[in-house]
Amino acid sequence: MRHLLSAGDLDVDSACLILDTAAQLASVTDRTVKKFPTLRGRTVVNLFFEDSTRTRISFEIAAKRLSADVINFAAKGSSVSKGESLKDTALTLEAVGADAVVIRHGSSGAPHRLATAGWIQGSVINAGDGTHEHPTQALLDAFTIRHHLRDGTGDLAGVRVAIVGDILHSRVARSNVLLLRTLGAYVTVVAPPTLLPYGVSQWPCAVSYDLDEVLPHVDAVMMLRVQSERMHAAYFPSVNEYSRRYGLDVRRMGLLPPHAIVLHPGPMNRGMEISADVADGERAVMVEQVANGVSIRMAVLYLLLGGMADDGKKEI
Amino acid sequence: MPQVKTVLRGVRPYGEDPVDIVVAAGVIAEIAAAGSAAGRVIEASGLIALPGFVDIHTHLREPGREDAETVETGSRAAALGGFTAVFAMANTSPVADTAGVVEQVWHLGKATGLVDVFPVGAVTVGLGGEQLAELGAMATSAAQVRMFSDDGKCVHDAAIMRRALEYVKAFDGVIAQHAQEPRLTVDAQMNEGVLSGQLGLTGWPGVAEESIIARDVLLAEHVDSRLHVCHVSTAGSVEVIKWAKSRGIKVTAEVTPHHLLLTEDLVASYDPVYKVNPPLRTSADVTALRAALAAGTIDAIATDHAPHPHEDKDCEWAAAAFGMLGLQTAFSIAVLTMINSGLLDWRALADRMSVRPARIGRAHGHGHELKVGAPANICVVDPGASWVVEPATFASKSRNSPYSGMTLPGKVIHVLKAGKPTVEGGDLAC
Repeated sequence: MRHLLSAGDLDVDSACLILDTAAQLASVTDRTVKKFPTLRGRTVVNLFFEDSTRTRISFEIAAKRLSADVINFAAKGSSVSKGESLKDTALTLEAVGADAVVIRHGSSGAPHRLATAGWIQGSVINAGDGTHEHPTQALLDAFTIRHHLRDGTGDLAGVRVAIVGDILHSRVARSNVLLLRTLGAYVTVVAPPTLLPYGVSQWPCAVSYDLDEVLPHVDAVMMLRVQSERMHAAYFPSVNEYSRRYGLDVRRMGLLPPHAIVLHPGPMNRGMEISADVADGERAVMVEQVANGVSIRMAVLYLLLGGMADDGKKEI
Repeated sequence: MPQVKTVLRGVRPYGEDPVDIVVAAGVIAEIAAAGSAAGRVIEASGLIALPGFVDIHTHLREPGREDAETVETGSRAAALGGFTAVFAMANTSPVADTAGVVEQVWHLGKATGLVDVFPVGAVTVGLGGEQLAELGAMATSAAQVRMFSDDGKCVHDAAIMRRALEYVKAFDGVIAQHAQEPRLTVDAQMNEGVLSGQLGLTGWPGVAEESIIARDVLLAEHVDSRLHVCHVSTAGSVEVIKWAKSRGIKVTAEVTPHHLLLTEDLVASYDPVYKVNPPLRTSADVTALRAALAAGTIDAIATDHAPHPHEDKDCEWAAAAFGMLGLQTAFSIAVLTMINSGLLDWRALADRMSVRPARIGRAHGHGHELKVGAPANICVVDPGASWVVEPATFASKSRNSPYSGMTLPGKVIHVLKAGKPTVEGGDLAC
């Protein structure tokens, strides 16, 4: 495996290998010396066409802990806005010898294009593309769920997960539906019908419009950020109505089984899709998600650049 | 001075028995027994003669985007594709919304002389959809415009569309509609379906096309005028048009070669060479479009030839331009999808690629039966030949062909325009 473009490219073995590798790396990261020499002399470029400080920092720390040289390339203005084109940026990165390009782009498929157009030789890691996918987010979510509900080992067979919110525009939802299903979990996406993609009935998940009905039957609930701008495009009538019907508040927390956890990819709209007391409550695992994100991205960089042979079986 | 006669030796009109077609003074002078006629002989035994193709939908990009195509390079591509007439859409820069611009395009076509170039006039000023362009001035200009279209944009305002349909009745015009409800297709990138949801690309739902066609056929019925529907792409649109025709509404429709062959699955590559408007649809739509073309519900094949410079396709999907080349591959795609499948015979193919499009656009001198006295606009093809598509060798200035590397059946060998060879042996004759 040379690139990580879609969570759908991972089979259960390669997904578990990434999770297991992340777990091993995390256990070492707890030590005082947090650095490995593994990727010394390799260059990782964070190519961000969209602002995302948290994802960029996570990849940057991950690469640095593996001793890679990290270049942050904030390419403000894609070719859509007549800045430098993706191709010219890619050719520049190739010329300076990037071994891996971590790309965040507003256009769905941009990482795929970067990996397949012949512009660069290095590995491409999708750090979020348009409304398509965000595979490392799904991996860190799976890692977090596995830690809480499966003792941090194996797959997620039988775990029930609800993903709630703007499924239509969410790359996090797409990657999670694919990866969680691959790992054996049962996913239900919950949203008003306007925020579900056409054809969602053919996705490998269940679909519901009713959050109250779903909550008693899940082990984890993942709340997605809802842009209030969606209101102006008539996806829902008002922020208040959205919050009443699909927001996770204390009353709805009471519908969840006692062991269930609450995830959110961040940044949160407190008071919109999640109330402040739920966000700060003990069953919310958002801070862990951030920490796990570093381990997952270390594992992905390690396996793509160093460890994972084509058979995907190489050990640490 | 002795009259020069050109003889297409041993050619089979519509695939029927071999004859010699004798051309003189721009018309078919005689149809004689094969091997019997004298004159300047063009060897054509085994080849099929059809009336020169007429493409009622091309973008020749001049004036304004001469880096993508010019009337001259587009004419060369058209001639090599077997066409003797092409209609050049109005979305140039400046827009062809005045007599001045349409006459410029018309003169450029005349100067090149490889095909008759019929400029299409814009329906509204600047394609803005708000104010009718001076349709009458364009109709009475040297270009004699009869087809009007805001193609690239939909005439979405129902009142403007109604007025346009009414107004062009004064000079036997037709409104060619790019049926795309704009509010349903904001930022749309591909066919809306399961795949668009998976790929995270904003969907272009079939209903955005079908609802406009439904509205427009009712308007055309109400004001008793001629409507032409550009690049029909869905099975649902076919149903609406079929219903309209059954009511006697004066509606005609075209389909592009790419919508007869390609499907949305290709978009999963995120390669912008497959980005086109309307988008590639499903295999069920392709099947319905082929059947509709065979039945005559869809009248014509029209290429929507849309050249774009390399940089506008060598980028990420959302940044790329919509459109595909079509002129030099249209005939082969028609053979592949309609002849080889048995859906059309050669006479019916001539009807869909020449006779009916000429009639829709009022392209007098084109689309005639191959008979004595008819204008000698003739395309001679080799049905048995095949060739590999290499866009780098195209006469077009652009390279954005979705068929690159494919082996296609059927080849254009000779073309006569008004009796004069424009293509001989598969190459431009001049």
